[in-house]
Amino acid sequence: MENLLEIKNLKTYFYSENGVVPAVDGVSITIKKGETLGIVGESGSGKSVTALTAMRLTPGKVVEGSINFNGKDLLTLSDEAMRKIRGKEIAMIFQEPMTSLNPVFTIGNQIAEALKTHMNFTKTKANERAIELLELVGIPRPERIVKEYPHQLSGGMRQRVMIAMAMACNPSLLIADEPTTALDVTIQAQILDLMRDLKKEHNTSILMITHDLGVVAETCDRVCVMYGGKVVEESDVHEIFNNPKHPYTQGLLKSIPSLIDSEEETRLYSIEGNVPIPGTLRGGCHFAPRCEFAMNICHTEVPSYKEVATGHFSRCWLHEVEDEEVQNEANIS
Amino acid sequence: MLGYIVKRLLQLIPTLIGVTLFAFLLVAAVPGDPAQIIAGDSASPEEVEIIRSQLGIDKPLYEQYMSYVVNILHGDLGTSLRSSQPVLDEILSRFPTSFILTVMSLIIMIIVGLIAGIASATKPNSLRDNVSMMFSLFGISMPVFWMGIMFILLFSYYLPWFPSGGSTEFKHFVLPSIVLGLSASGVLARLTRSSILEIVNQDFIRTARAKGLKEKYVIYKHTLKNALIPIITIVGMEFGILLGGAVITETVFSMNGIGRYVVESIQFRDFPAIQGSILFISTLFVFIILLVDLSYSVVDPRVRYEN
Repeated sequence: MENLLEIKNLKTYFYSENGVVPAVDGVSITIKKGETLGIVGESGSGKSVTALTAMRLTPGKVVEGSINFNGKDLLTLSDEAMRKIRGKEIAMIFQEPMTSLNPVFTIGNQIAEALKTHMNFTKTKANERAIELLELVGIPRPERIVKEYPHQLSGGMRQRVMIAMAMACNPSLLIADEPTTALDVTIQAQILDLMRDLKKEHNTSILMITHDLGVVAETCDRVCVMYGGKVVEESDVHEIFNNPKHPYTQGLLKSIPSLIDSEEETRLYSIEGNVPIPGTLRGGCHFAPRCEFAMNICHTEVPSYKEVATGHFSRCWLHEVEDEEVQNEANIS
Repeated sequence: MLGYIVKRLLQLIPTLIGVTLFAFLLVAAVPGDPAQIIAGDSASPEEVEIIRSQLGIDKPLYEQYMSYVVNILHGDLGTSLRSSQPVLDEILSRFPTSFILTVMSLIIMIIVGLIAGIASATKPNSLRDNVSMMFSLFGISMPVFWMGIMFILLFSYYLPWFPSGGSTEFKHFVLPSIVLGLSASGVLARLTRSSILEIVNQDFIRTARAKGLKEKYVIYKHTLKNALIPIITIVGMEFGILLGGAVITETVFSMNGIGRYVVESIQFRDFPAIQGSILFISTLFVFIILLVDLSYSVVDPRVRYEN
């Protein structure tokens, strides 16, 4: 499959009075056409900033790297050319449906805007299309809802509206930044189903940003795990769940409550320590201070990003040690 | 919406009763005997007593108040002691001057204030922002009378473009409305700047940008409409204040507006005129505030006043 989006060695830094914060620190990811890539990580891991940088909407500064989308380097495009891609070829939905819609305009008006801007639709045609789109995302009585204001809708409905808005111009890439975090569980499932259906119908690629491994398992083809502004592990979704290589990923998976082991009355596992505050990170592996396998070298030098199995990458000193052991055994025999 | 308007109009009744009571008591509480003033120092006590009973101020307060309210309901705000003319006629003859001055000042205030505020907010901390905020500070801190005198010096003395006073023709209104408009635009510019900067960081502005809208739509449509509530409030207040008379400006530019009428009435202890003016200005203010409240609901659907 052809690559739709290729982010290479992206570094987005924030400059504040307290110093430089490397929010995204050398991230490389690719999304193929029609694929769903999940980016998983705790708050502050740099996943949202990565996505916002791809939209060129981040307040931070891109220091290095390239973002190739459909043969165009997004970072070198003019503001006007980038504006034409936003909403048309790359659309984005956000975490907070309650605050992501403009409270003083009707739903119809806000959906129609993108159509009028990118597709040169007339007002009537854009309004008709807005009704169709609302129907597509499963909103009942769309003819009425177009005339309503965001505060008249529930959170789940508003997120549907956001999706309808994002899908308005049939984008080839949909970036979903924690689309279900603010919603309750039954609504979450509906929204994920909806996104899956839309993807099937329109062959849209999706960049799914989440901290919820359940969402990843439900929707993603491949997964990147981010920690402290770097991708620490990447592979297809089955491999991540069955055979995680990086201690951070292993920790995340162990932190999922299990119904099977409940008889043993064990406490739910949690990764020791706290998410590092961006800007306080030092050299070495960023996860080292919380890692139960940390060695001396982990605190001083950054491990390389290695392919540990076909299509499965991980960034950990343990892999180097394992390699050496394998090497030694081979030498002995 | 119609129901809400009717409800608000009914709610005005107690407010207006309060206003009449206040206007009435204010004058009743002021030291000095109106009858004595009318009669003059050389009048005998009997003469003063006759005038007092003519004015009706020999009766108990509540009776005076009742007849005062009844007269108001008949459109009678009393007779001016100074000119022996009905107060309402005197006020109405001066009202157009105040009204034209107010409207022209407001237009200047809104144009200058909004442009300066938007220019500042769209490029915060830039040279443009600093210059415009410096001028707005200037507008806020310079006393209106000083600006008025400077404008007369510049534009009617050194450059004889406009008359320095009067209120009969359009050209008389140019300088005073520029002075009033500019000085009021300072506050509006700062308010516009801060409310736009607050709105621009909201999630829905990010959504608008993510949709690929042109920046001018993001600012003029999505941001400005949300920033309008504080702007409407300050414009409404200014409308009321100016309509009630821009005393200093009217004096500096020798205009025959309501502000000067009130001050002159106070100097003359023309009680019916003071009372009538207070009542007139307060009533106007109450209606302007109602108008401001109603326009909130036009701007922001979350403030629709149903039920």
